Amino acid sequence: MIQALVLNAGAAEGAVLALEAPLSFWGGFDPRTGVILDVHHPQRGVCLTGVILLMREARGSGSAPGAIAEAIRLRTAPAAIVLVTPDVNLAIGAQIAETLYGRACPVLGVSADDHEILKRAAELRISRTGAISSKAV
Amino acid sequence: MQLAMRLLVQAAEIMGAPSLIPIGFAHIDACLYTGQAHVDFVRYLLEHGAKLAVTTWTNTGLVSLADPALRPEVSDPEMVSGARELMRLYAQLGCQPTWTCAPYQLPGGPEFGDHIAAGESNAVSYYNSVVGARTNKYGDYLDVACALAGKAPFAGLHTDEGRRVRLHFDCTALPEACRAGDLFPHLLGHHMGRVAGSRVAVISGLSAITTKDGCKAISAAAATSGGVELWHGVAVTPEAPDLASVFAGGETTIVTTHDLRRAHAELSTASDGPLDAVALGTPHFSFAEFGEVINLLDGRSVKAGLPCFISTSRGVRQLIAAKGWLATLEAAGFQIPVDVCTYYSPRIPALRGRMMTNAAKWAYYAPGMLGVEVAFGSLRECIESAVRGEVWREPGSWLAA
Repeated sequence: MIQALVLNAGAAEGAVLALEAPLSFWGGFDPRTGVILDVHHPQRGVCLTGVILLMREARGSGSAPGAIAEAIRLRTAPAAIVLVTPDVNLAIGAQIAETLYGRACPVLGVSADDHEILKRAAELRISRTGAISSKAV
Repeated sequence: MQLAMRLLVQAAEIMGAPSLIPIGFAHIDACLYTGQAHVDFVRYLLEHGAKLAVTTWTNTGLVSLADPALRPEVSDPEMVSGARELMRLYAQLGCQPTWTCAPYQLPGGPEFGDHIAAGESNAVSYYNSVVGARTNKYGDYLDVACALAGKAPFAGLHTDEGRRVRLHFDCTALPEACRAGDLFPHLLGHHMGRVAGSRVAVISGLSAITTKDGCKAISAAAATSGGVELWHGVAVTPEAPDLASVFAGGETTIVTTHDLRRAHAELSTASDGPLDAVALGTPHFSFAEFGEVINLLDGRSVKAGLPCFISTSRGVRQLIAAKGWLATLEAAGFQIPVDVCTYYSPRIPALRGRMMTNAAKWAYYAPGMLGVEVAFGSLRECIESAVRGEVWREPGSWLAA
């Protein structure tokens, strides 16, 4: 079990998807489909819907909160986002979506070492208090 | 408003802010449509009786309320009607409908030392750097939360420590020919953003008569190619009367003509040749820049049928109309759209093929967002090219040397 820093609270579970490079949710991701659009991203075309997204850091865009909120509205968003570098934009976007649509998307921060450990899991479960455990356990 | 305070407390915790600080002004970016969630958010605010605590101005919208034909509803009915509704709702919330990315050109804005909340990257940089107001780059929703609460998290560029210079760009060895003219601040800004990332920077060797438009160009270019939210120009910007007052030593990078040529090559992706359109005014054109266009045109018109756009704010368009310049420019073949920018989608139908611009920010985004090729040039090169209908380059330029 790993205890994460809660940037935006929520419970979630799902398959792990680890990003190999930072992603800008605005411009680099399509909220209508949940797919990575950025032509420069190594995982272009990969769908993020319903996964526990492991991403070391977000690429900054002031419009990212709208993109993540829109994806949560359309049910194309990841089930949760686990970062190393805390990101205000994703946390605020997820918080707004929860306020408007009643659907939580946890956004968490962990250490770089814990991030590496989590990447090796196939599926993860996240509690509202930020406890991350392997789903099989 | 409960939601606004909740968002501010959440943001303050993530940013490591020990407290919230009162602000006196906001310029919000959440009025630029990115989806239905944006519309639902402001509707929620209105339904819950939210009231703005401070004077709040608006960034550009996705569509122009004043010039609806620019992005016709047929081009993307959901986006265009959603964008229009979003702008109407923010006006209803009590925002002053400035619809501009260059709010610092309008009277009545923040002054030196004021704490404010802004979101649009060039406006954040200009307010911090050139006005000497203090703001972080607040993303969508948080910008509105700051405006509703009249507060911002006391962290980052609101604090003296956060405004400390990390990197010095030394331009003093550049030839005078290279530092003169309106191309230089765009190229320098583009280079600075690439190198500095999001670090606070100071530039030495700027001309002491660097104009507000030059500062706008540096701000926009460096916030686009990188994430620079504060820069100082020695003897140009208010916090840097001299180098020593902001830079106690540390990393210095010497700017060379090679750096600026490379910036030009990165921004100018089209080969020279016949033009399909010209787009100026990113960030929004100032009154002074319109005056330069009038001078450069010298009574001529742009090539018949060539679409030429100069984006600006309603406020500045009123000023040029009163001066008689709007009529002159329209007669010469220019369209002067307000409320919007031209580089994002839905694409303005006339913008395709080989385009010319004098704006680093436009040149950076348009190839990816609109699928166009961009010839980047000085304002004089853009106007001459517009008249001729093909890319014209200044003879004997230091760039070609």
